[in-house]
Amino acid sequence: MELDAGNTAWVLASSALVLLMTPGLALFYGGMVRAKSALNMMMMSVITIAIVSVLWVIYGFKLAFGYEANSQWYGSISFSGLGDAVGELANNGGVYPIPLLVFAVFQLMFAIITPALISGAIADRAKFLSWGVFVAIWVTLVYFPVAHWVFAFGNKVGDTVTGAGFLASRGVQDFAGGTAVHINAGAAALALAIVLGRRIGWQKSPMRPHSLPLVILGAALLWFGWFGFNAGSALAADGIAALAFINTQVATAGALIGWILVEKIRDGHFSSLGAASGAVAGLVAITPACAFVAPWAAVVIGLIAGAICALAVGLKYRFGFDDSLDVVGVHLVGGVIGSLAIGFFGSSAVNSLGANGIFYGGGTTLLGKQALGVGMVAAYSFIATLIIGFLIEKTIGFRVSSDKELGGVDLSEHAESAYEMGGILKGGR
Amino acid sequence: MKLITAVIKPQKLDDVKSALRAIGVKGITVSEVSGVGRQGGHVEVYRGAEYPIDLLSKIRFEILAETKDVQPIIDAIVKSAATGQIGDGKIWVTAVEEVVRVRTGERGSAAV
Repeated sequence: MELDAGNTAWVLASSALVLLMTPGLALFYGGMVRAKSALNMMMMSVITIAIVSVLWVIYGFKLAFGYEANSQWYGSISFSGLGDAVGELANNGGVYPIPLLVFAVFQLMFAIITPALISGAIADRAKFLSWGVFVAIWVTLVYFPVAHWVFAFGNKVGDTVTGAGFLASRGVQDFAGGTAVHINAGAAALALAIVLGRRIGWQKSPMRPHSLPLVILGAALLWFGWFGFNAGSALAADGIAALAFINTQVATAGALIGWILVEKIRDGHFSSLGAASGAVAGLVAITPACAFVAPWAAVVIGLIAGAICALAVGLKYRFGFDDSLDVVGVHLVGGVIGSLAIGFFGSSAVNSLGANGIFYGGGTTLLGKQALGVGMVAAYSFIATLIIGFLIEKTIGFRVSSDKELGGVDLSEHAESAYEMGGILKGGR
Repeated sequence: MKLITAVIKPQKLDDVKSALRAIGVKGITVSEVSGVGRQGGHVEVYRGAEYPIDLLSKIRFEILAETKDVQPIIDAIVKSAATGQIGDGKIWVTAVEEVVRVRTGERGSAAV
C-alpha cells in the first residue's frame, strides 16, 4: 500500500490537536481550584506531557501496540526506542496508508491526557514528586496494557492477525477511548481520592473555583482538541472522520444544555461552570460512540450524559470521597454512559465496521460486549491504582503535610504563586 | 477634630466621592474592606455544592474634618450612598487628638 498524503496530514494535525487538550485540561482544572494551588494543578498536567512522551518512545508504544509477544494483554516488551518504526506503515488490524510513526505520535497524545485527567481527583494535596512517580508507574502498568486490550487490533498480514487486544478482538466498540481513556482515568481517580483522603476543611470551608474564565478557556481548548481525538481516530480523512466530527459537536452541545437545565431546575440558576462541565461530559460520552451512531443519536447521548453527570457529581458528598474536581462524576460516569449507549444506538448503516444495537434490531449482544469492556477496564484500573497509590503512600508518601496543604501546594511544591495579589506590602509593584 | 469613617456599598464609590468633592472635602482615604451586617451574605452554587459567602465587599472612607464640618459631610454621604436597600452601610465619628502634615510639620486645624 502507498502512503496517502491527505490521510497522513489529517492524523498529523489531529495529533497536535489532541496534545493541546492537555494544556487545555490544565486550564480547566487550574481555574477550578483555589488560587493557592492553581500552579500545582496545572503542573500535574504539564509534567505528565513530559514523562509519558519519554516513556512512550523508550518502551510505551511497543508495550501498547507491539504485536511480537502475540498477547491479548500487552503488546511487546521492547526498548528499541522506535528506531525500527521509521519508514514503516501503520498496521492495526490491517495496513493504513499513514506512517507508523504518525500512528505512534497520535496514540501518544492519548497516553498523555489519560493520567493527566486523574490529577483532578487529588487537587491541593499531592506531593509533586510522588505524582510524577505515580504517572510513570501508572501508564506502564495500567494505561499501556489497557490501550492494548482496547485499541490494538493486531498486526494483520494476509489473513493472519497477531497480537490483537482482548477487548478489541471480542468486538467491544470504543472508537476513541471511552473505556481506555475515560473509564480508565475515572476509576483510577476514585482510587486515588481514596488513597489520599479528603482535603482539610472539605465540606466545611469554601473551596470555590478561583477563576471561572480559565475554566471556560480550558473547556474551549478541550472541545477544539477533541475533534482531533475523535475524528482523528478514523486514522483517515474520510466519511468516518466526518461522522465522528459532527457527532462530537452535537453531543457536546446536547450535554451542555442537559447539564445547565438540571442546574436551573435543581439550584435555580444556569451556571458557567455547569456549561463548561456539561460540554466536557458530552465530549466524554460521545468519545466511544462517535463513529458508530447517527448524529441524531449523538444529540440524545449528549443530553442524557449532561443531565446524568450533573446529578452524578453530587455522589461524592453522599459517599464521602473528595474527588476534588469530579473526575469520577464526569469521566467515569460519562464514559460508562457513552460506552453502553453504543449497545442501544449503534448502527452498522452509518459505519460498516460497526454493529447494530438494541434500537436497530441487533438485540442485546452488542450491549453485553460493551458491558464487558466497561467492567473490565473499570475494575482493573480501580484495583491496580489502589495498589500503586498505597505503595507510593507507604514509601515516599503521596500527601503533603497539613501545614503545607493549608499554606498551599504552589508554595510548598514549586516555591511560586500563581498571582501577584498582595500589592505593595507583599513585594508587588 | 474628628475622624469620620463610612462603610458603603462598592457601587456607590463614585457617587460618594463626587458628593464629597461638591461640598469642598479635599482629603479622603479609601480602602476595600470585607464585612457583614444585617444584610447577611449570599449563597453561591458550584456543581450543585452550596457555598455561603458571609463576608461581602464594601468600601471604607476615612475623612479627617473640623468638628463644624462633620454634619454636612455625614449628610452628603448619607444622601449619596443610600439606595434604601438593606446593606447600605454605616457612618461613625470618633474624636482625634492630633493631626500632623508630614511635609510641613503643621499641626491641628492647619494640617487637616
